[in-house]
Amino acid sequence: MRDVHVSAITDAVKKLCIEANLDLEPDMLRAFDGALRQERSPAGKQVLQILKQNAEMARTRRIPYCQDTGFVVCFVELGQEIHVTGGGLDDAINEGVRQGYREGYLRASIVRSPFDRVNTGDNTPAVIHADVVPGATLRILVMAKGGGCENRSKYRMLTPAEGVPGVKEWIIECVKTAGPDACPPLILGVGVGGTFEKSAILSKKALFRELGSPNPDPTLDALEKELLDRANRLGIGPQGYGGDTTAFGIHILTYPCHITSLPVAVTIECHAHRHKKVTL
Amino acid sequence: MGVTTSPDGIKEIRTPLSDADVESLRAGDRVRITGVLYTARDAAHGRLDRLIEKGERLPFDPRGQIIYYTGPSPARPGDVVGSIGPTTASRMDKFTPALLRLGLKGTIGKGYRSQAVKDALRQHRGVYFGAIGGAGAVLSQFVKKLSIVAYEDLGTEAIRRLEVESFPAIVVNDCHGGDLYQDGAKAYAREGA
Ligand code: SF4
Repeated sequence: MRDVHVSAITDAVKKLCIEANLDLEPDMLRAFDGALRQERSPAGKQVLQILKQNAEMARTRRIPYCQDTGFVVCFVELGQEIHVTGGGLDDAINEGVRQGYREGYLRASIVRSPFDRVNTGDNTPAVIHADVVPGATLRILVMAKGGGCENRSKYRMLTPAEGVPGVKEWIIECVKTAGPDACPPLILGVGVGGTFEKSAILSKKALFRELGSPNPDPTLDALEKELLDRANRLGIGPQGYGGDTTAFGIHILTYPCHITSLPVAVTIECHAHRHKKVTL
Repeated sequence: MGVTTSPDGIKEIRTPLSDADVESLRAGDRVRITGVLYTARDAAHGRLDRLIEKGERLPFDPRGQIIYYTGPSPARPGDVVGSIGPTTASRMDKFTPALLRLGLKGTIGKGYRSQAVKDALRQHRGVYFGAIGGAGAVLSQFVKKLSIVAYEDLGTEAIRRLEVESFPAIVVNDCHGGDLYQDGAKAYAREGA
């Protein structure tokens, strides 16, 4: 057994929350450059240039890339030989969020109840998905998930007969309905298979793959590329002002499913794609 | 006139706006706004709407004004404001026609508006501007002063009065039925989507 004290988890989460909001990952910066080379629309190009400038300003002036500094979604891969000491894992993560959002001048966007809607004031709690895995390391993946794009996420239970063509149409439909509301260029996380909740969780986890990297499964990789090309033919473009860059990427994860089912969950992510990870 | 055209083709807008100012704007026009913007989003709109229903005075006079749908992040010490980009406008659709009826001239946000809002823009001479969603760091530079007008208890959702200089935006829905999102997507759509 290896001991990991909760304070190490809190410190790591705090740092990840701040950095996610201020320092966009290199995969996003590359995506802006790539799109700028291909975009035909002058308005679209201008948006992409401003977004690049925005990333630079966030980094240098230590001001959040977007004012919606997100809901913290945390995937934890807890090695089964790790012993967390000094308190609870969830509490440690939430303490990291609390400290990170306060000290980083990040916005508090979480209300304590969907009904009474009183702001918790420190952006807690996070949404935490923990898996126990073999080994003696603790991996934490943090995403600051924007609300505007999250609100355009969708789920549909298709029939097995609808098959791959049905899945494709549904994903393209999701891009259309998200449109300018979700701050394109978009990234789509897609979970196919499993159960209702499994597909939704996969759709979030899929977003952590590095943008521009191939899907390890060649069939899924071809499907992603075909769908990305189709999405970028819709003409929606950066911010919906018209153009060729509607999406930067479509990432698919699958899971075995029941003979009766074909669940498809699509998490809509915006260009403020703030994701960071650490291994303790 | 509150609207003039600069040599670079961008329209310069000074608040407050008159009907004639609004009528001179067309979907797709790039603009720079100088003057006052009021921030309000979901919770503040809910409160404004209750006042309107009861026929009570609003915390600011909406006539000729522009509402910016945003909830800024906290300012660092010494800064005027934190990150301040637009939020999705459609969540305010339910409340917008009533405000336009009271003389509000403009709103700034991102994303589609409902047909009811577009109809109200025509009827009451209003305009919907898009600001770049997610460009909150860049947009913060154009805010020169900030004060809280009402609902401080709502935190980021309080109504704030911003003094802005050359705040960049684009006309998405004009008062003549023009719609940048429709035109833009039509112009760039390609076969095989
Ligand atoms: S959708 Fe993304 S970029 Fe747009 S406002 Fe929300 S978090 Fe920011």
